[in-house]
Amino acid sequence: MEHRWGMAIDLDRCTGCEACVVACHAENNIPISTPEEAAKGRAFHWLRVDRYYEGEFPDVKVKYMPVMCQHCDDAPCEPVCPVYATYHNEEGLNVQVYNRCVGTRYCGNNCPYTVRFFNWFEPQWPEPLALQHNPDVSVRPSGVMEKCTFCVQRIKRGKNEAASEGRPVREGEIQPACAQSCPATAITFGDLNDKESKVSRLAESGRATKLLEDLGTKPKVFYLQRLG
Amino acid sequence: METAVQELPDTQLREDLWRPLRAPGRAWTLWTLSSALVVVAGLIAWGYQIHTGIGVVGKTRPMMWALYITNFVFWIGISHAGTLISAILRLTEAEWRKPVTRAAEAITVFCLMIGGMFPLIHLGRVWIFYYLIPYPNERFLWPNFRSPLVWDLTAILTYLTGSTIFLFLPLIPDLAHLRDHVTGWRRGLYRALALGWTGSDRQWHALERAMKLMAGIILAVAVSVHTVVSWDFAMAIAPMWHSTIFGPYFVAGAIFSGIAALIIAMAVIRKTMRLEQYLTPKHFDNLAKLLLLMSLLWTYFTVAENLTVWYGNATAELNVLEEKVYGAYAPFFWGMVVCNAVIPFVLLSIRRLRTLTTSVMASITVVIGMWLERFLIVLTTTSRPRLPAAWGGMYHPTWVELTITAATFAAMLLLYLLFAKVFPIIAIWEFKSNEEVGH
Repeated sequence: MEHRWGMAIDLDRCTGCEACVVACHAENNIPISTPEEAAKGRAFHWLRVDRYYEGEFPDVKVKYMPVMCQHCDDAPCEPVCPVYATYHNEEGLNVQVYNRCVGTRYCGNNCPYTVRFFNWFEPQWPEPLALQHNPDVSVRPSGVMEKCTFCVQRIKRGKNEAASEGRPVREGEIQPACAQSCPATAITFGDLNDKESKVSRLAESGRATKLLEDLGTKPKVFYLQRLG
Repeated sequence: METAVQELPDTQLREDLWRPLRAPGRAWTLWTLSSALVVVAGLIAWGYQIHTGIGVVGKTRPMMWALYITNFVFWIGISHAGTLISAILRLTEAEWRKPVTRAAEAITVFCLMIGGMFPLIHLGRVWIFYYLIPYPNERFLWPNFRSPLVWDLTAILTYLTGSTIFLFLPLIPDLAHLRDHVTGWRRGLYRALALGWTGSDRQWHALERAMKLMAGIILAVAVSVHTVVSWDFAMAIAPMWHSTIFGPYFVAGAIFSGIAALIIAMAVIRKTMRLEQYLTPKHFDNLAKLLLLMSLLWTYFTVAENLTVWYGNATAELNVLEEKVYGAYAPFFWGMVVCNAVIPFVLLSIRRLRTLTTSVMASITVVIGMWLERFLIVLTTTSRPRLPAAWGGMYHPTWVELTITAATFAAMLLLYLLFAKVFPIIAIWEFKSNEEVGH
């Protein structure tokens, strides 16, 4: 395979501002839940910022951790899908084929990171957000599972542009919405096959760990542990 | 008591066993109509769910599976009442089984029909359910045979086919008998279904061979079916689902709830069809002992499952166990223990207390307890995923899933009422010598 996309998230740099969450919503046509649905736990955020609290009030420290699909090389969601709606593509992405999905939600149960989201109803956007859909991303219908794609539409576009100019994809040329919008530059995206890429170097650094690594899922998101 | 039945004159036998097939009484009509009404309500609820979106049920993230999967496992479990028990009794040539087997086999077929609906009801997009079926298509795309859900579909369809044949085979001589003695629309129905049975020696031999063979096959299929159902959970890596004990645990639990359902069904049939002479306290006593045995086995499995998790002290598993044993789901857990272990043990192990009535009472609590067990398996694990940030809480079902759940119980009653009106619920020929039947 030519590329193997991966991500590194520097937990020391993350301020928990959730700009990435908003950018992800806008880029990927993610439905906006009503407050009632959100209270039931049905809010959609392909990328969520988990909060961990340390200490007792008033001496509390909050630690943030952005969690999205980890694009596992041995993804537990993939073998359990009866209809191949989720599978691994040649570039190591864990992709979701909306048209194939029948909605068994087995993948959602078997994802140890709980990053899969189900369309309980037809998707909705409060006005005027319905007018700002990204034309590169399909809107998912009711009864279908969805999750972070590593902004596959941007990867496609970047590769197409490079191919039309007859050159390889340049380092840093392809950025998912979360990485692009992070004001603290906590998120680094790139090609893990390119040993010189920033993400490869971060993944090889001593600070890199993987979430729930002991499950053997081989995630392609690397969390750079806090030093401070 | 058994011999007493054998000695009854043929005329009385026929009268007793055919009575249920006569013109429906008021009670039958009333029950049939009201259960049909509930079934219609369930269908309307399902239609509403399909039209509006599956969000009309209480499922959320992370509890993506809930009442429908609970009901699915429950009904497939109850289905073991019939075929498995009947096949074991047939193979071991337990003579007392004769009046019991058909009632049991019918339970299996109906439960599978009902249970098999739940994976469909559960789907987000039921209108493309056929993606799960291996059929030639323009994309050359097969279902994913690595998925336990595909194994499940295969296992259940196999079991449904097998148990329908198993129910049908011993019906043939009775159908031929009825064909020769009734008039009207039934005659045509029985003639078609009797498959030209004349009662010749060759036919009897073929039937006996087929039944023996089917009994053997169905045993293997029944064990495999509930093992595969358990693998829907055990193959996942979710805490407390990923367990090697689930296969045998589910098979034992299925037989347990199956026997309980059989005792209840037999008591109802005995009462409503006035078959006291055929379904005697002795039958109930035998089945009650079997129920007690399965209750003890279930208790053993439950202790083994939970004790190892508690002792192992692994965080992810322990979170689920705590939610189940002391947390939001604790009332259901302890209710299940009382229903499945305490009540059956007290009522059935003390000989003085073990009567027909207490056997039925214990059976009812076991059915409730086994439903709770499935509810707990599905919801405690899904509400406690590995990352605490994604934890859910108590599950709240909505009217849609409650209506559909009620409708399936009504559907069971309805199918049984209709079946008992059209087919003899007790095998007539098994009480008579071979030569008399079918001529």
